Amino acid sequence: MGFPDRIERTVEIAHPPSEVWAALTTAEGLAAWFGNEASVDLRPGGSAWMTWTNGHTVDMRVERVEEPTVFGFTWQIYGLPKDDPRRTYVEFTLEPVGAGTRLTVVESGFAQLPTDAHRTAYDGNTKGWASELGELVSYLDAG
Amino acid sequence: MPADVEAIAERVFTALADPTRRAILAALAAGGPATATDLADRLPVTRQAIAKHLALMAEAGLVTAEPGERRRVRYRLRSAPMQVAQQFLAALARDWDRSLEALAEHLDQSVRKPTTTPLQKARKHV
Repeated sequence: MGFPDRIERTVEIAHPPSEVWAALTTAEGLAAWFGNEASVDLRPGGSAWMTWTNGHTVDMRVERVEEPTVFGFTWQIYGLPKDDPRRTYVEFTLEPVGAGTRLTVVESGFAQLPTDAHRTAYDGNTKGWASELGELVSYLDAG
Repeated sequence: MPADVEAIAERVFTALADPTRRAILAALAAGGPATATDLADRLPVTRQAIAKHLALMAEAGLVTAEPGERRRVRYRLRSAPMQVAQQFLAALARDWDRSLEALAEHLDQSVRKPTTTPLQKARKHV
């Protein structure tokens, strides 16, 4: 099938990196082209969000802030329930080209496996108990 | 991407491609664990056909068999494989092309009309 774990796009924009940076990293900028309302605490570990007039909200966590070249954040995976802990990582890279900017966006992490750790532990315990009880029964039977 | 991830997603899509299997999964999601007999009472499908579909889905990991009352096997929905498939769909649904177009448009307009009213959105994200 060949499904993607990462999505990558590059566009050339006829504006300098400083303007593109502001559009990507400020509440005002994000609300103008991405969401309808936005808030950004622009530092690694800072939280950010965007909302849309249709009621959709997305929570983001700022990861990389290297003005004016790299801006990275994680956010919830599109289409999963709001309480699902898995997130994809989005990284914007800005590169000056003449008077404009080459902007690359990479979003990665779509192929994360669900956390089956709990299930494995649970199954392991169940089997462990089954065999221990089996041993107990054998011991009692032998006695 | 690990091959087993793709295999999981492929099995989910195969399971979901069949209307009877979709009805069985929907019944398990809505009503909780059930035996083939329970499901045959609720769906317009024979118990034999349901048992066959359940066996296929158990092999795909979409349902797990567990002992029920009167020695009947009960089937429980298992959502993990569906979450894997959902993530693939999320990758396909993420529309960066339109978002980046809206960004370029926003920058063009803010330079031309720096003190304009809030810009009309070129698109909604969702």
